[in-house]
Amino acid sequence: AGPVENKNEAAMSELVPESRQKPVVPMKPLGINASLLGYIGIDTIIEQMRKKTMKTGFDFNIMVVGQSGLGKSTLVNTLFKSQVSRKSSGWNREEKIPKTVEIKAIGHVIEEGGVKMKLTVIDTPGFGDQINNENCWEPIEKYINEQYEKFLKEEVNIARKKRIPDTRVHCCLYFISPTGHSLRPLDLEFMKHLSKVVNIIPVIAKADTMTLEEKTEFKQRVRKELEVNGIEFYPQKEFDEDLEDKTENDKIRQESMPFAVVGSDKEYQVNGKRVLGRKTPWGIIEVENLTHCEFALLRDFVIRTHLQDLKEVTHNIHYETYRAKRLNDNGGLPPMTVETEENNESNL
Amino acid sequence: QQPAQFTNPETPGYVGFANLPNQVHRKSVKKGFEFTLMVVGESGLGKSTLINSLFLTDLYPERIIPGAADKIERTVQIEASTVEIEERGVKLRLTVVDTPGYGDAINCRDCFKTIIAYIDEQFERYLHDESGLNRRHIIDNRVHCCFYFISPFGHGLKPLDVEFMKAIHNKVNIVPVIAKADTLSLKERERLKKRILDEIEEHGIKIYHLPDAESDEDEDFKEQTRLLKASIPFCVVGSNQLIEAKGKKVRGRLYPWGVVEVENPEHNDFLKLRTMLITHMQDLQEVTQDLHYENFRSERLKRGGRWKIEDEEVNKDQILLEKEAEVR
Repeated sequence: AGPVENKNEAAMSELVPESRQKPVVPMKPLGINASLLGYIGIDTIIEQMRKKTMKTGFDFNIMVVGQSGLGKSTLVNTLFKSQVSRKSSGWNREEKIPKTVEIKAIGHVIEEGGVKMKLTVIDTPGFGDQINNENCWEPIEKYINEQYEKFLKEEVNIARKKRIPDTRVHCCLYFISPTGHSLRPLDLEFMKHLSKVVNIIPVIAKADTMTLEEKTEFKQRVRKELEVNGIEFYPQKEFDEDLEDKTENDKIRQESMPFAVVGSDKEYQVNGKRVLGRKTPWGIIEVENLTHCEFALLRDFVIRTHLQDLKEVTHNIHYETYRAKRLNDNGGLPPMTVETEENNESNL
Repeated sequence: QQPAQFTNPETPGYVGFANLPNQVHRKSVKKGFEFTLMVVGESGLGKSTLINSLFLTDLYPERIIPGAADKIERTVQIEASTVEIEERGVKLRLTVVDTPGYGDAINCRDCFKTIIAYIDEQFERYLHDESGLNRRHIIDNRVHCCFYFISPFGHGLKPLDVEFMKAIHNKVNIVPVIAKADTLSLKERERLKKRILDEIEEHGIKIYHLPDAESDEDEDFKEQTRLLKASIPFCVVGSNQLIEAKGKKVRGRLYPWGVVEVENPEHNDFLKLRTMLITHMQDLQEVTQDLHYENFRSERLKRGGRWKIEDEEVNKDQILLEKEAEVR
C-alpha cells in the first residue's frame, strides 16, 4: 500500500474507512493476478479499520430546520429509533414559539452492533414561525460557521488533540410543508443561502396528507423549482466521485428526492407484526412501509449508505471552503493568533 | 298549543297573520339570497378544495398555482368570484372572496392591510348607498363570514393567525377552520382544537358564536346546535373526487392505507361545517348588519369628513341637502 495523504490521515482517526459497503471479509485473490506472487494480506486493512472505528466510535451531527409542527422531532426519533430529539428531552410542546430563532443541540450516545455513535441533534425552534421571517436563517448560518471555526482553531493548534471533537453539522434536514402547491419563498431563500455551507437534504414533512398522485406531482414541482433556482442539495452533482456514484446518486436526485416522509414513535399491531405507525379512523399508516411513505428510503440514505459520505463532504468540501476563506482573509497568517479574542464572543 | 285554532280559517278568532312567515318565505325565495364568504389562509391549506366541496361546484376552473420564486414579489390580492346556486327553487347568489398571497411572503407584516381595506370598503359602499336617494336596489357586498384557515401542521395558532384575527374580529364574523384534517389522528385533533380555543381565549379573539337553540325548538335541533358548538373549530377534509368505498361511490381521498370519506362524520367535521353555514346563513348576515356594520357606521359617522368610494366623493352636507329636497 502506498503513502496515505496527510489530510485523510487526520480525518481517519474518527472516520470509518472510505468504502461504503459492508465490511469485506479478507479474501484470497484469484491466481490470475500477475503482480502479486502470493497472498500478502493488504486487504485486511479494511477489517483493521473497522475494528478501530468500532472501538473509537464516531460523531454524527444532524440539524433539523423547518416551521414548528412539521414533525421534525418525531422524525429524528424515528430515524434513530431512540428518544434523541428536543421533544424527548423535557421540552414541552405547549411551550410558546420563541420570538427569535434558537439553536438547541442535544447529544446522545447510541450503540448498535458494537458500534458507538455520538449523535447530536441540532434543533432550530422559531425558524419561519414569526410574522416577519426576514433573515431568519442567519443565526443558523452563524452556528454552522462557528463549528467550522472551532474545528479550525483546534486544527491549527501546535499541540493538537489526538481526536479533534467534531461538532460540525454533517447534515441538515430541511422540512418542506406538504402544501401540495410549491415551495414557499422562505424555503427558497433558506436553501439558497445554506446549500453553500452545509449538506442540505430536503424532506417533505407529514406526507400522509397527500395521495400518491399529489405526492408525485408535488415532488416533481419541488425538484424543478430547486433546479431552476440553482439550489444544489445533497448529494451534490459536482461531488460525485466516479461513474458508480453518479449513477446511484442521479437516480436518488431525480426520482426519490425530496423524500416524502411520515414519522412516528408509536407502535401498532398490523398483520401480526408490531410496526411504527399512525392510527386513523380509516387505516393505519405504516412508517416503514414503502407503499405508504418514503421514510425507509430516507433512513437508508442517511444512515445505511451515505452517512460516511455526508461526513466526508462536510470535511473535505464545506470545511475546506471555510478554511480557505479564513486563511485568505487573514492574508495567509495563521488564524489562531488573530482569533483568540474574537472567538470568545461567538462560542455558544 | 292549539294548532287547530290557527290552521282552520273557519275557527272564530282566526285573523290570519300567522300566515305572515309563509309570505316572507315566499318573497325571500323569489328574491333570492345574497351571501359573501371570505376565505383567508396560507396557500396550500386546502381552501379552494374545501369551498368547491361545500358548494359542490368548481369555482376555480383555470387555476394556475404560482411557484415560490413568483410568490416572493407578490402582495396580497383580493379575488371575488360569484356563483348562482339554485336548490329546490331557492336561489343563492354566493360570492367567495379569495385572498391569494396571504401568509406567503417572508415578511408578512403588511399582509392584512389589503384585506382589511377590502372589508372596510364594502361597509363604506353600503353606508353610502344606504344614505343615498334611491335605495331600491342596494347591493349587499359586505363580507358576512370569514373562514380563517389554521394550519393542521402546527401546534396551535401562529403569531400571524393571532394578529390577523385580532385585526378583523370587530369587522367580520370569524369562523376558524382546520382543513386537511386527514393529517391528524383523532387524539391529535382534539388536542389541537383545545389548544386553539385556549389561545383564542388567551388573546381575547372574538370568533363567531352560534346562538343557542331557542327553548321552543325541538330536541333534535337543540342537540344538533349543542354538537356544532362543541366542535368548533371544525376539522374538515375537502374533496370532489368520487371514490369507491364499501361498495358505493363516496366523495373522498384515496390513500394506500384507506379511504377518507368527506361526508362521514366519524372521519371529519365537514358535514357539521356545512350544516352550520347553511342553518346560520341568516344569522351570520344579521350579526354582520347589527353588530359589525353598525360598529363601522358609528365610528365612521363620528369621524365625519368626506366619503371616498373609489373615484366618487360625496359630501355629507350635500347629502343632507338632497334629502331635504326629497322630503319637500
